Amino acid sequence: MLVNNFLLLGAVLFCIGVYGVIARKNAVMVLMSIELILNSVNLNFIAFSTLHGNIDGNTLALFIIGVAAAEVGVGLAMVLLIFRNRKSIALDELSEMKG
Amino acid sequence: MSAVILAADDIQVAQNIGFGIIAAIMVIGALKVVTSKNVVHAALSLVLVLSGAAAQYILLGAEFVAVSQILVYVGAVMVLFLFGVMLTRAKLGKETDLDQPKAWLGVPVALLMLGVLAWVLIDGFQDERLPADATSKAAVEISDSVLGPALVPFLALTFVLVAAVIGGIVLARKD
Repeated sequence: MLVNNFLLLGAVLFCIGVYGVIARKNAVMVLMSIELILNSVNLNFIAFSTLHGNIDGNTLALFIIGVAAAEVGVGLAMVLLIFRNRKSIALDELSEMKG
Repeated sequence: MSAVILAADDIQVAQNIGFGIIAAIMVIGALKVVTSKNVVHAALSLVLVLSGAAAQYILLGAEFVAVSQILVYVGAVMVLFLFGVMLTRAKLGKETDLDQPKAWLGVPVALLMLGVLAWVLIDGFQDERLPADATSKAAVEISDSVLGPALVPFLALTFVLVAAVIGGIVLARKD
């Protein structure tokens, strides 16, 4: 197998995730797009780990999985808080901090 | 280099076909995540992508990470997402208000980024192959790494997880 297969798949997933972050208005959907981005990075880590026969990529991928779980927990708690205060999770309505 | 991603190169035909099928499923699922008008359908498409990623990890010989991916992402994170969708009272059905008014601006950004990334990767890695006899990484190697050179980041991660649990409770409780 070419290593580029996996790296290009990671690149495609990353770009789809970036599109989702830009295009989505619903906060939960933006969090899902961020998960896509994190997964594409993980794919790259594992591909390089296998390519070089080094275990560090696997370790880092596990760390990313852990951090992503923490990120989703806190992120959804914040989304819930915003929803409770404003009855909406549309991101373009969160404009109080606009200068 | 043969830029055809799905093309089987002379050896390891089975792995290449498997990769192609899983990759196609993942890309279609990812596109559905970012375009679906239905929040629950998007979440279920995300399950497809995450399971596909786990399958790719197995293909790459990283079984432990694949199992962790299934347990953490498909098991826990997706449940959190579905809870989030339902607690924010998403309509069960089509929703018209999910995209930004100027969502099309994301398309050129994503395509430009994909172009640059693909050019760099194809130029940089050419025909480099994964080792054909890639032995699977045993869990014992990973534990040696986590409890050895990567011990400090590991402890930092445990701290982050505790902080996330406490922070989540503090943020989301009603009082």
